[in-house]
Amino acid sequence: MLRVFRDLLKHDGRFRVAFVFLMAILILSTLSLVSPYDPGRTFKVPADMPPSLEHPFGTSSRGQDIFWWMAFAVRNSLLLGLMTAFVSRIIAIGVGLVAGYRGGIIDRVLMSINDSFVVMPVLPVLILMSFLLRSSMSLFMLAFIMSLFGWPWDARLIRAQVLSLKERSFTQTAVYSGTGAFRISLNEHLPFVLPVVFATTINNMLWSIGMEVTLSVLGLSNVTFPTIGTTIFWANQHQALVAGVWWWLAAPVVVAIVLFLGLYLLFSSINEYIDPRTRLRRIGV
Amino acid sequence: MALLDVQNLRAYYETQVYGISRTVRAVDGVSLQLLPNEIYGVAGESSCGKTTLIKVLSGTVKPPLKIHDGTVHYQFGSYKVDMLHFDSEELRHSVRWKEISYVPQGSMSVLNPVRRIIRTFEDIVDTHQGIQDKKVFFNQMRDYVNKLGLPPDVLNAFPHQLSGGMRQRVAIALATVFHPRLIIADEPTTALDVVVQRGVLQLLKDIQAESQNTVLLVTHDMAVHANVADRVAIMYAGRFVEEAPTKIIFGASRHPYTQHLIHSLPVIGDKSSRASLGGAPPNLANPPNGCRFHPRCAQVLEICRTQVPAMVDLGGRHRVACHLVKEATR
Amino acid sequence: MNANDKLLDVQHVTQIFHIGGLIGGSRLVAVNDVSFSLDRARPEIFTLAGESGSGKTTLAHLLLHDLDPMKGQVLFEGRDVSQIRKRKQVMEFMKKVQPVFQNPFETFNPLRRVEDYLYDTAIHFGRAKDHRTAAPIVDEVLRNVGLSLEEVSKRYPHELSGGQIQRMSVARALIPQPDLILADEPVSMVDASLRMAIVNLFRKLRDENKVSVVYITHDLATAYYISDRIAIMLRGNFVESGPVEAVLDRPLHPYTQLLKESLPSPNPSGLESWAKHIALGTTDVKEYGRVGCKFAGRCPRVMDICTKADPPDVQADGRTVKCYLYADGAK
Repeated sequence: MLRVFRDLLKHDGRFRVAFVFLMAILILSTLSLVSPYDPGRTFKVPADMPPSLEHPFGTSSRGQDIFWWMAFAVRNSLLLGLMTAFVSRIIAIGVGLVAGYRGGIIDRVLMSINDSFVVMPVLPVLILMSFLLRSSMSLFMLAFIMSLFGWPWDARLIRAQVLSLKERSFTQTAVYSGTGAFRISLNEHLPFVLPVVFATTINNMLWSIGMEVTLSVLGLSNVTFPTIGTTIFWANQHQALVAGVWWWLAAPVVVAIVLFLGLYLLFSSINEYIDPRTRLRRIGV
Repeated sequence: MALLDVQNLRAYYETQVYGISRTVRAVDGVSLQLLPNEIYGVAGESSCGKTTLIKVLSGTVKPPLKIHDGTVHYQFGSYKVDMLHFDSEELRHSVRWKEISYVPQGSMSVLNPVRRIIRTFEDIVDTHQGIQDKKVFFNQMRDYVNKLGLPPDVLNAFPHQLSGGMRQRVAIALATVFHPRLIIADEPTTALDVVVQRGVLQLLKDIQAESQNTVLLVTHDMAVHANVADRVAIMYAGRFVEEAPTKIIFGASRHPYTQHLIHSLPVIGDKSSRASLGGAPPNLANPPNGCRFHPRCAQVLEICRTQVPAMVDLGGRHRVACHLVKEATR
Repeated sequence: MNANDKLLDVQHVTQIFHIGGLIGGSRLVAVNDVSFSLDRARPEIFTLAGESGSGKTTLAHLLLHDLDPMKGQVLFEGRDVSQIRKRKQVMEFMKKVQPVFQNPFETFNPLRRVEDYLYDTAIHFGRAKDHRTAAPIVDEVLRNVGLSLEEVSKRYPHELSGGQIQRMSVARALIPQPDLILADEPVSMVDASLRMAIVNLFRKLRDENKVSVVYITHDLATAYYISDRIAIMLRGNFVESGPVEAVLDRPLHPYTQLLKESLPSPNPSGLESWAKHIALGTTDVKEYGRVGCKFAGRCPRVMDICTKADPPDVQADGRTVKCYLYADGAK
């Protein structure tokens, strides 16, 4: 593990930048544990103060220190992204591997379910769910619902790859070694599928964080809960730009950009690293 | 006057990935001369460097392949070409396909699967020479393929409608449409059945006999060389170990590797035991010291482990690089 | 003879594919009424020889029960192979029948160590309980094929030569202690200098390990070297089959004669016969669809009757030939 880390850090410029960005984000989110201000309380500090030493990101029209608010916001958005990505990866890998390897009726049933989810319009459904569950829409609930939409595309990608892997001789060799279908999917096919999984993980995280921002900006999530999206919601509510409180909008936007770029560069460099083709070159083919 | 003169060619692949740099010494000191009107065979197994040699000779050197040393000079009549320092535009225009052409292992490397054969012919001729009248061109091509013994309806077919052998013969027709002075054939019949292989090789021989040009035939199949080539060079781990006219190679070879290649393969009518070579083909990124064949040689001497044997001329156009030979002629 | 005396009994197997769409399209008889058998008591090497499109690969799939025959049956130790469905039966079958594939670099997953497959095989077929107890079995079987555990331990496919990998492939196939090994072109992708090691290995398997081998190839020279019996296939038919010396030293069927003549030999004195010009067909599929003998289109001794109906199987000079030239009353 450590060697992988060192390899990437030394040789991949993207990884270095990603590392810096994400470290910044992570530090910011862990700082939320020692925040002197409770994000649920308003008017604890003077409102509409521009960025200064005492309030690095300035203060909002609601009398909250934006820096400490962002600490919570970033933590929650990250958590949301991670949870959605994790759950939907599991579903996608499971469905993709099984449908690809088994084929036949299992494949057809799974793909029908898959395609139904693909054509469903995500945003309207999320909006509907938000209306229905307004008050009990916790972060977990939102993550769970989003992961139900996040897996179909990727499951198809994985399935396509498994279909071609199934035809290769080494799958047959594994069969004749007495290996069961589950272990074959895990040991033989998954390593080839992983690069796709990584690439789609970042997509998924970005999508879910972005989707949450959309919902929050529209006021459809629990707006007292700090996330990147709700920050923008409140800033808009108080007409921040018009009132000249630009730092209230700048903070979430900049943080979002740093987060997105960091994640993108991270997975782009890891993706190349674990790609079977570069892997082979690295081992020294 | 030699058509091609290669002196001491060294071409290496240099890769750098995540801090690991490797140099694969694919061609490591090769000298050869091609004369007009001959079929010159290069025999060698996988990773002996023959593919790299072809790349250099046909002027398709791209990173990570780099030329380290040596010269490659062509003489097309009065037109001299220094392949290593030639302008690539000029190369495409005057040399490629007109003086040097290429028959690959898989015919699908030259035949576009979604276009009819005649269109591929048009593409190639148009690029290198320009076509005035398509109808006239079609008739010319029909006469040409007819002369080569191919059925005329082949021109209107798509590649997938033809058998492998027929496609390969079309590839040969394509390669010879400008009557080049040098045809490089890279394992042209390896993927083909033995009966079809015979037909394809016969075509190649007929073409060579008629236009009196030179064919550089690269294949690992010694039996093919025995029946087709005039001279054969044996390549091992990036170097030539022996080169001689065919009769001498098969009748009186001096290098242990050549002898093994010829005698190890079974023939019908003989069930006596044959042995394989021990060891494995060398890793070109980390080749053995001295003679690269020494770890697998049954007659290895002490000197073989440390000193690279030089090419010795035995007369009768027979060269060999082996310490055993030097010992004998001392 | 008791049915159980036969290790493998292929009885009148026919396999037909439909090519082209639902409407139109034609039938391709990939394997046509093929029969042969291997004795349990006497291990032998039986070669299926033929060019591409001869049906030998389809036949291999039928023997390994990847496909079920349309007509006829494949009996392994007296039991119909197409009846094998449950996992337990499949495992029992695989214990007795193992394959060796053509491309050494595709046989094993490039991202896995090659030895892992050997350990897996040992554990799954009950010869060892875990990695530790499997090690001596793996080592023994590697020595059997001329390798050692230290030479190949922890190595990935790209770190080994084609010959070494192919030997490991055979070693892996030996671990369940099978009665039959099906080798599909096992040396065609192996370098010439390493080829004989694998070929000799098959001889050893028959003589010392008492394993029968069905050897599929287009290379008649290696087939001659190791086979006991050989069957020459053309477009799905066994055109000539019998002891290999009889079939290849004195071929009777014109196709076998053509094959033998077309083999280039490293002895340049046989030059004249190889250099004789031959006709080549435009497409393979046309030959498949032919009525009567599939070779009639290019046979130098074709007769009228050859294009009317399938030639009969005739016993002549110690082997079976499917040709009108040798049928009763043929002249």
